[in-house]
Amino acid sequence: MKKIEAIIRKSKFEDVKRALYDAGIEWFSYWDITGLGKSTEEQVVRGQVFKSGYIQRRMVSIVVRDINLEKTITAILDSAWTGETGDGKLFIYDIEDTYRIRTKESGPEALYNKDETTKN
Amino acid sequence: MKKYILSLTTLLALFSSTLAAQTPAVAAPKIDSGDTAWMIVATAFVLLMSIPGLALFYGGLVRRKNVLNVFMQVFILVATISVEWVIIGYSNAFGSNPIEALKPYIGGFDWAFLNNIGINDLSPYFISHSQMGANGSTVGTIPHIVFIMFQCMFAVITPALIIGAFAERINFKGFLIFSVLWSIIIYNPVAHWVWSGDGWLFKLGALDFAGGTVVHINAGVAAIVTAIMLGKRRDYKRHAIPAHNITYVVIGAGLLWVGWFGFNAGSGLAADGLAANALMVTHIAAAAAALTWALLDWIIDKRPTVVGISTGAVGGLVAITPAAGFVGVTGALIIGVVVSLICFCMVAYVKPKLGYDDSLDAFGVHGVGGIIGAVLTGVLATPAIQAAYSGAAYGNLHQLRVQLIAVGTTIVFSGVGTFILFKVVDKFVGLRASDKHEAIGLDETQHGETAYTNFD
Repeated sequence: MKKIEAIIRKSKFEDVKRALYDAGIEWFSYWDITGLGKSTEEQVVRGQVFKSGYIQRRMVSIVVRDINLEKTITAILDSAWTGETGDGKLFIYDIEDTYRIRTKESGPEALYNKDETTKN
Repeated sequence: MKKYILSLTTLLALFSSTLAAQTPAVAAPKIDSGDTAWMIVATAFVLLMSIPGLALFYGGLVRRKNVLNVFMQVFILVATISVEWVIIGYSNAFGSNPIEALKPYIGGFDWAFLNNIGINDLSPYFISHSQMGANGSTVGTIPHIVFIMFQCMFAVITPALIIGAFAERINFKGFLIFSVLWSIIIYNPVAHWVWSGDGWLFKLGALDFAGGTVVHINAGVAAIVTAIMLGKRRDYKRHAIPAHNITYVVIGAGLLWVGWFGFNAGSGLAADGLAANALMVTHIAAAAAALTWALLDWIIDKRPTVVGISTGAVGGLVAITPAAGFVGVTGALIIGVVVSLICFCMVAYVKPKLGYDDSLDAFGVHGVGGIIGAVLTGVLATPAIQAAYSGAAYGNLHQLRVQLIAVGTTIVFSGVGTFILFKVVDKFVGLRASDKHEAIGLDETQHGETAYTNFD
């Protein structure tokens, strides 16, 4: 099992969501993040123009079985891409174990339903 | 506001003496229900300007860690100044002083605790309507208490405006003591000078329909003095710190706009044509100023901003305040456009150049807007609205001179008074929040609460 954490543009979130869904990844968590980096955004408050160093992005976090890793990465890399500086980053982590709270199942089976199509 | 009580009194005296020849008995003066109903509503409108209007406007502009502190500052001023107002404030501002030499400068204590004021007494102050009182004096058509409460709301909002200057870095105890003393020592005397029948600026003929001098210049000058003396916020780098919730700013500006109809159209103390004119010019000046600011944003900084149009609207409302009973629609349009042009330059270019940290532009919008309004009243006052008053544009250069005297003395008095008061309160109580408190945020350190929790 792997965890994929991707920092993506907010503007590409809907595209990424659709690409993941098409790849069979149907659940994940996400949250808005603020970071610092090379790119700056210009801000205007009451006529004063200044560069704000803060960068707004969205973090997507997904846990998948090893067999699904490759297509998940491809889906994100293709859908979050614009070619401009600031497209984001993607990190892969090992996951030691997973438990489903309802059934107390553990291991990879905790990530998908045998009788349904959910495939994480 | 009550500038022409005197001339009306003489007029009425003439009128009634011719009348007296035919009907010797003068009808007992009585409360006009229409005027009273409108003034009660107007009083509520002015309260609406403070809470939640100004609280939201300022609260949205600060960072999320300080929003409750700003709300609390406005709220506690509503409570505290209202109590101060009935104890001594009203008497000091609008009462008569038994010591002859002090009469033009400050009222006495005869009306302390609203002593000797009955529920059916008529207001001794009036603008539009008046009637002959029992002993030959002239009285208004609304209960005295309604006038007192209407003025109470003005006394409340004035120190609340200063909050914009020192927001995000003042300790709460120091703030409260400073604000209450400021109200007693600075606001009440200036209100007495300009609005009470004994006031020296009133007698000089200064025009201030709804509080450009007393409220906005007074608070605006105190704002810049406190902003400089308190020092910059630790992380202020000569540019505005972005607002944490612009939707609050818009709601606040909207409520201020609505409330201002009470502020200005109520200042005629009657429901009549003059109130209607005040309502109309208030609305038009605010609209012109909002539009001008949005266009400036659009042209200079490429996009019209929401904070910009809200600020412009407030600037227009400030500037039309002293002029609302004296100018017509042309004057309102000119005042609206001019105030946005100048205030925009002040906050966009002059403030960063000078480097003082007026957090929410209390001086840049209220001080500067108030000065522009008071001066332009002396230029644009037209006899078409009130026959007795005209400005420089209608050949009465004297009025402009009087306006400049009123503006100048208010600036000096408020500036020097605020400076001394600040020094004293800072020495005995301390005004600046500690660096640690400022960094953590005043919501948590001053009140133990946070505005946006993670609880369901």
